Amino acid sequence: MPEAGSRLAADARPRLAPKVRLRWDRKDGRYMLLYPERGLVLNGTAAQVVKLCTGEHTVAAIVARLAEQYADQPADAIEREVLTFLHAMVDRGLIRSEP
Amino acid sequence: MSDDAPRPYTLVAELTYRCPLRCVYCSNPLDYASHQDALSTADWLRVFREAEGLGVVQLNLTGGEPLIRDDLETLVEGARALDLYTNLITSGIPCTRERLARLRAGGLDNVQVSIQDVRAPESDRIAGLRSFERKLEVARLVKELGFPLTVNVVLHRENLERVPEIIALAESLHADRLELANTQYLGWALTNRRALLPTREQLDRAREAARAARDRLRGSMELLFVMPDYYAEFPKSCMDGWGRRFIVVSPDGLALPCHAAHTLPGLVFDRVQERSLEEIWHHSDAFNAYRGEAWMPEPCRSCDRRAADFGGCRCQAFHLTGTATATDPVCSLAPDHELIEVARREATAPAASPLEYRTARSSAPA
Repeated sequence: MPEAGSRLAADARPRLAPKVRLRWDRKDGRYMLLYPERGLVLNGTAAQVVKLCTGEHTVAAIVARLAEQYADQPADAIEREVLTFLHAMVDRGLIRSEP
Repeated sequence: MSDDAPRPYTLVAELTYRCPLRCVYCSNPLDYASHQDALSTADWLRVFREAEGLGVVQLNLTGGEPLIRDDLETLVEGARALDLYTNLITSGIPCTRERLARLRAGGLDNVQVSIQDVRAPESDRIAGLRSFERKLEVARLVKELGFPLTVNVVLHRENLERVPEIIALAESLHADRLELANTQYLGWALTNRRALLPTREQLDRAREAARAARDRLRGSMELLFVMPDYYAEFPKSCMDGWGRRFIVVSPDGLALPCHAAHTLPGLVFDRVQERSLEEIWHHSDAFNAYRGEAWMPEPCRSCDRRAADFGGCRCQAFHLTGTATATDPVCSLAPDHELIEVARREATAPAASPLEYRTARSSAPA
């Protein structure tokens, strides 16, 4: 099995897998990812990352955008958090990075 | 979230029990023919709205065969307007490209096509209908039209050996998700248990093949292997617990905690034509019957696992022991566990039993 990192280069442009939809859950005031028979509740940062997973933005650009929004936190911690989340999502087949 | 006010996440809309297939493990009740389609398009759309209001985000359109309803397009559009994630669970019969294209335009999110095996003779034998080739065509159409595709295969002693071929077939169809679901022995499957229940060795081999494939396919095709609870040490948390996450509505409008709940004696289920889903969910006796722990017998009541498996499946408990509040016999701690041991021993017998097909004729009266 390849390293998760090798499947998501800095210039990859992640997007949601076809089976996945982002939904605002008005009942509990949070975002959820929905896919067949499952759902995943997202925290604030994760939701912002997912919104940028449109196939237009590179991983590097997404990291930069988040670092900008959380300027009060160390940039390398933000980068680690974003990459860990993206890799986990790619592993679960919820986000894809191929063209 | 407190257990006092559970939130349903999924509505299972059983649009009709009618189906051209006659699968020997159908999960519809044996008396399905006595439950007529009684809900109008407007009724279903109201049920969807009420469900969404309660917190439901997932909608499974199923049956029977949901494509038999000619208002399916309208129902899908209504679900989409509510932002529900809508999954069509179909046999693929009868289906046309035009119909699928309309459902796609209406906002259907996912299509799940069932196949029964990897070759026509075996698949058609289980379905009781010549359907295999057409199912593959429909699965290809689903992908062609841009839908995500789930392939569902119910596993049993006759097809478990072919799990590697089933996985290869799903790959060749470019399935996004493959559900390898071992038969749950309720309804018609319980009737046919002697012909369907595999041995532990068969299961272990299939599970190993599925595990290896899951690693290989990680990130491209989601692969689910659902173990049969007959070979588990503890029961499954059936429906994630009674009245906790799911609402099932039957074709005749019964609101149920699971798709077989109306086979349990002593419970009166409300109809969505007569009471709002909100009232039924929160206040009906039937939805409250097995919520929480007060109803539990020993050994469940003092068991550490009671909040993980909720004592197992009420329907299985009733259909095997005659008592709906019994500990699910699949639990190794259950007083009636010997019933499961007997079934496992039967599974090692070489001679297969004849299959009884799902038919209205053999349905018991309500």
